[in-house]
Amino acid sequence: MAELQLKSARFRAEREADWRKLDALLTRAESVGVGHMRREELLEIPLLYRQALSSLSVARAISLDQNLIGYLEGLSTRGYFVVYGARGRLRDRLVRFFRSDWPAAVQSLWRETLVSLAVSLAAAVVAYVLVLRDPDWFYAFMDPGMASGRDPMATTASLRETLYDKPESLAQGLSFLAAFLFTHNAQIAIWAFALGFALCLPTAALMVLNGGALGAFIALFVSRGLGFEATGWLMIHGTTELFAIVLSGAAGFSIGWAVIFPGERSRVDAAAAAGRRAAMVMMGVVIMLFVAGLLEGFGRQLIQLDLVRYAIAGSMLALWLAYFYWPRRRGHDG
Amino acid sequence: MTAEVAPEPRAEPVRREFVTPEGVDLGLKVATYAERVTALGIDLAILAGAMIVLTLLVIAAAAVARSAAPMEMLGVVWVIGSSLGRYIYFLAFELGPRAATPGKRIMGLRVIAADGGRLTADAVFARNAMREVEVFLPILFALSQGQGIDGVMIALGLIWSGVFALFPLFNRDRRRLGDLAAGALVVKVPRLKLQVDLADVERTGAQGVVFAPAQLDVYGIRELHVLEDVLRGGDRKAIAEVAARIRAKIGWDGAADMADRTFLNAYYAALRGRLENRLLFGQRRRDKFDVS
Repeated sequence: MAELQLKSARFRAEREADWRKLDALLTRAESVGVGHMRREELLEIPLLYRQALSSLSVARAISLDQNLIGYLEGLSTRGYFVVYGARGRLRDRLVRFFRSDWPAAVQSLWRETLVSLAVSLAAAVVAYVLVLRDPDWFYAFMDPGMASGRDPMATTASLRETLYDKPESLAQGLSFLAAFLFTHNAQIAIWAFALGFALCLPTAALMVLNGGALGAFIALFVSRGLGFEATGWLMIHGTTELFAIVLSGAAGFSIGWAVIFPGERSRVDAAAAAGRRAAMVMMGVVIMLFVAGLLEGFGRQLIQLDLVRYAIAGSMLALWLAYFYWPRRRGHDG
Repeated sequence: MTAEVAPEPRAEPVRREFVTPEGVDLGLKVATYAERVTALGIDLAILAGAMIVLTLLVIAAAAVARSAAPMEMLGVVWVIGSSLGRYIYFLAFELGPRAATPGKRIMGLRVIAADGGRLTADAVFARNAMREVEVFLPILFALSQGQGIDGVMIALGLIWSGVFALFPLFNRDRRRLGDLAAGALVVKVPRLKLQVDLADVERTGAQGVVFAPAQLDVYGIRELHVLEDVLRGGDRKAIAEVAARIRAKIGWDGAADMADRTFLNAYYAALRGRLENRLLFGQRRRDKFDVS
């Protein structure tokens, strides 16, 4: 039968054992992860992978067996991702993120951060002036659900009470409040980031809404002579939270900007580069919002002294600013 | 090339050039829109199921501990679980060794970096955060109600956000906005099993059947592949039909009592041998209309 055996069949018979071995190794790598495999196994994968790739090239040239070529394509693809898609350990990646990646990403967005801050502040000032002149404007800036009774209809006494209300028992109410506030803010931040794609405009609108609500809120309390107390109540978590929201706006702006003005790269490449950088900022923003949620849900209810609230607010802001913008050496790791 | 070329047997997914550092094009298949929507549906169903289980667990735990505040615990679980749980689910699975959520795994998909590099955490975060806009914004608009101006605004919003949801249909690689922002791509990872070599006539029991060169020159590579599909499919009716057609076409005058399957196996092996031989001499005969 020798003359009847095809070259492609002989080719397959000679290499099939290696393919199956690679297949088994890849299946293991995909299920338990590369980190849990023995050293010998790990050393074998790249060798067998390159063998499979060259088999694929040869098979494409000499074999007309669809199943064989499809199998080798699948095998090579899986091998490629195990060999080249290797990632560092989670711990190293986390350390890297906090030590360099996150602050570097925030620093690189300083222009967008300033724009985002300016938009928010402008909206806050406008809302502040409008509400001071005519309290009815309050309803234009504040969602009644979020205001929860803190509106121009309330008496000064009840407004004061909202700033210093103590829940009956500590365990009750607080954890739900913290969770709710955190997810609510995280949602806004993610919208600001994701909508940046639509040429910055929706992100700017979100920043205006957020700043406007802030301005209207403070104006209401200032008009009752509670400005100092309300600012302390707000800023104990607000410095962290508003900073995070401003950063998320900056992240959204950077994507929209890259889409509008991609520079020398193609629009898709520019968007991808900006998107990754912005996502790095956003991962940190979620962490900041979590901190803010804790401060808001627990710290604010437990700490009733205005000056302590201001101290916490100021030190949190100083902490974030120093962490992000303190000059540091860059480029020690690629 | 004539106009009467047989139509594609099935809609082939888009193949994308993907050259490894070794210089081999893996020719990845891009996941179709339907596959991706299905995968997302499976993932959301899993998440909904997890929420139900979690809710029952909390209720059970509250009943056992006689806690006074089961509703608050439920509230925390719901608020955190419904939004944060979603992110953690997608992030954790797509950062794992298979770079795919269970829904994608079931559909045979995975996420890759479009440039072939490593899929980084920021890329995965970007594509999942973007999903809020692409999937949940249209849903939000569709669910909200309003009359007059509000209704018009909602309709406009629905159209505007619908553009995002349908965005993948308008580019070759079926990338959604999140994929663009992340520089990522969703592809199929075929898990094809290596089956027996059909040209192995000793195993298929089809040795000793000889065809004349003229009988083999009737068909080209595409027909060979169709024949392979039929043989591997194993559908008796199809095998009988194809065998009858080939016998008629090549004017088969050999043993008339040969089983259809054996005949096809023998013909497949002979045809493949012939075509592969011509391949070695640089002649790739695409199909039966190719007379080069």
